[in-house]
Amino acid sequence: MTNPIMDVLRAETILVTGTNTTENHPIFANYIKEAVLKRGAKLLVVDPRRIDLVDYADLWLQPKPGTDVAWINGLMHIIIKEGWQAADHVAECTVGYEEFAKNLEKYTPEYVAEITGIATGDLYRAAKMYGQARPASILYAMGITQHTSGTDNVKCLGNLAMLCGNIGVRGGGVNPLRGQNNVQGACDLGALPNVFTGYQKVADQEVREKFAKAWGLESLSEVPGLKVTEMFPAVEEGKVRGMYIMGENPMVSDPDLHHIEEALKKLDFLVVQDIFLTETAQLADVVLPGVSFAEKDGTFTNSERKVQRVRKAVEPVGEAREDSWIICQLAAAMGYQMNYADARAIMEEIRKVTPSYGGISYERLEKKALAWPCPDEDHPGTPVLHVGQYACGKGVFFAIDYRPPAETPDDEYPFILSTGRVLQHFHTGTMTRKGSGLTRLYPELLAEIHPADAEKLGVGEGDFINITSRRGSIKVKAWLTERPQPGVVFVPFHFSEAAVNLLTNPALCPDAKIPEYKVCAVKVEKAS
Amino acid sequence: MVKLTIDGKEVKVPAGTTILAAAKSAGISIPTLCFHGRLDPIGSCRMCVVEIEGCAHPMAACTTPVVEGISVTTNSERLQRIRKDSLKLILVNHPLDCPICDKGGECLLQDLVYEFGIDRVEYQTPKPERSSQYATPLIRYWPDRCIMCLRCVTACREIKGIGAIDIKGAGYGSQVVVIDEDKCQSCGECLQVCPTGALTENLSRYKGRPWLVKRVPTTCTYCGCGCQLELNVEQNRVMAVTTKEGKGVNRGSLCVKGRFGYEFINSEERLTKPLIKKDGEFREASWDDALSLVAEKFKSIKEESGPDAIAGLSSARCTNEENYLFQKFMRAVIGTNNVDHCARL
Repeated sequence: MTNPIMDVLRAETILVTGTNTTENHPIFANYIKEAVLKRGAKLLVVDPRRIDLVDYADLWLQPKPGTDVAWINGLMHIIIKEGWQAADHVAECTVGYEEFAKNLEKYTPEYVAEITGIATGDLYRAAKMYGQARPASILYAMGITQHTSGTDNVKCLGNLAMLCGNIGVRGGGVNPLRGQNNVQGACDLGALPNVFTGYQKVADQEVREKFAKAWGLESLSEVPGLKVTEMFPAVEEGKVRGMYIMGENPMVSDPDLHHIEEALKKLDFLVVQDIFLTETAQLADVVLPGVSFAEKDGTFTNSERKVQRVRKAVEPVGEAREDSWIICQLAAAMGYQMNYADARAIMEEIRKVTPSYGGISYERLEKKALAWPCPDEDHPGTPVLHVGQYACGKGVFFAIDYRPPAETPDDEYPFILSTGRVLQHFHTGTMTRKGSGLTRLYPELLAEIHPADAEKLGVGEGDFINITSRRGSIKVKAWLTERPQPGVVFVPFHFSEAAVNLLTNPALCPDAKIPEYKVCAVKVEKAS
Repeated sequence: MVKLTIDGKEVKVPAGTTILAAAKSAGISIPTLCFHGRLDPIGSCRMCVVEIEGCAHPMAACTTPVVEGISVTTNSERLQRIRKDSLKLILVNHPLDCPICDKGGECLLQDLVYEFGIDRVEYQTPKPERSSQYATPLIRYWPDRCIMCLRCVTACREIKGIGAIDIKGAGYGSQVVVIDEDKCQSCGECLQVCPTGALTENLSRYKGRPWLVKRVPTTCTYCGCGCQLELNVEQNRVMAVTTKEGKGVNRGSLCVKGRFGYEFINSEERLTKPLIKKDGEFREASWDDALSLVAEKFKSIKEESGPDAIAGLSSARCTNEENYLFQKFMRAVIGTNNVDHCARL
């Protein structure tokens, strides 16, 4: 996120799109509601589903799934036409405006309505609500990114914020809500195939030399590696023969599970390090027992880029060991020494090789969480990015065109399937489904289907339905609700016994290689 | 700025500040019970009454804004008597069942009763005896302990923006009820702000006394909000999750997962030993055997097919330090950049 979470309390308008915040980031949702109920902020929700935040919204637009570029371009078309853009900011701080603005000309409200189903009047009201507000904050999550046009969608939101000068100001920004406790940190610390820590590029020779020196090696590979969604196809092609999976469960979380399973079985050697015998671990040759967050020291970096302490509260169960211990032992067994006294010692090494984490020490974290970039001990951290000037110099406008999703409904598969989470469960359910508490509240998988669709199919409340895509079929209990729009079914992905990822489309965004979880074509039938 | 005197001390605060906040800023403490830092003043308990020169009746400091030139007294015999009487009236509706109350030892009411030295309550009223009941599958409500302070109702409305609970009934029959079951998410904000043991959680009932529990501050393991919480540990088991008022980005608030999603830590299904698969079956193994096997296999794949024939998935569940080590292992030890995690999924 460019801005801290509590910054929404300063926003005049909050645009929420592709984030079901009350269920996926409930504490963030507290502040959105506080901004609306206590501070008079306007809330604009743009979401194909009738999420709970719609109850608090001044305006809700319900586009067809997968049409985000069209409505965002439509908003900007109106904003420019009405002269609501921040002309000074655009002139002084950005480049690429001419081409970008020209590209918007065709996104008239009528054209956008055709693609998205959003009424022209509503689009105008939305454009006014965002375009005239200063500051206005944009919040989004996987509803924006999990599309074959994911990167385009994000760039469009960036365009919108830049156009109205909402970058680098308190209460503004473009704010992707991170869905996992330390997904920000995993990215920051180089668990990505093209960058080392702090997004230092593998392709950069100087960077490689720096890391080689720090790690006592002659050289490091200059070939960017495979992204997660490329790894499994590479296994099927025989290019990847061994895998080491730590704390991940692709057998539930990844698209088109039949292929994931084939790939994992094809591996010559699979080692899985986890706290439970997950669906993925069951396919492993060796399983190494790691520990939970309660049994280890370290840090997590939250959605605000804020580094915060994790503290050991209990001793590991049985012979389970901290993941850091396991990695170091494995390195030693392969002839490379990795020795650290404790988590603090690892952070000290991170600081040395990572400029944006340079000033983040455990001593300072005892007093206060720090948001990176925080280059040195005297730096207070950076809660808001791009203040005064864009981090890269000038903000770049991108001219982007709408592309339909990879798979759209047809006669055989007339419904759109979207996947996501529910409040009570988390990701592949490995944690939330292990105790009784949360299961009491949400015991079994429910597929959300619009009552109008259910009636046509002869499906009643609690009946089972078969949902089938070109890749697989699952049987699920139906929940008749107006949360999805007619023609769309929504199925959470936490339940391995009816894993919705058997159905999802592995089509990827060409840039981010993120799968299109929010749109694939399915048919729905009443189950016998 | 408004100038006033509190207990003879001159205080300057912005207009609109309450007397309670003004006193606090001057280091003067006034007893409170229903007041909660994150909520608008409720003004239901009368513990924070103060005298203002020229006013016949004492005023509640939490709801009374400062006025230029006033002189406030926060402690006097009369105020102590009023506060003591208020407490006694509250105790009419609150049994002193502290020995079997989960809140015993960290109960605001208990602390005040102790502070004011109340050893008997002269007042008595005929009232129906009511047993505890499930408020939600995770939260238990004890109507007899409820002092009608309205903290829970206010927090559900103001912090959560939900308003799923309210007071129903009148007089001694009144109690807190869920008015909209669809809206209540069992987040437990109500029990977090409850100053007494009127709301307790079902998962850890009777599991440990507060003073025997070790509380370890840490960061939540679920979404990316990064809420600050405390793991309550007894005998090497996490038996509850609590928060500190005002702490972290969550300012003491939690969601249902953060508060109740801790059972997996002590789950019987946890892996406790390394496993090696032989003939399709997992067998328990020593760390030495498991690690040597992994090292040997990775080495041979690397020799036969090159380092890029090995790929690693790190974890958004794990710490920064572990992610750093994992990518270092893949890059420095295996020699490949084939390292990623589930950011896209």
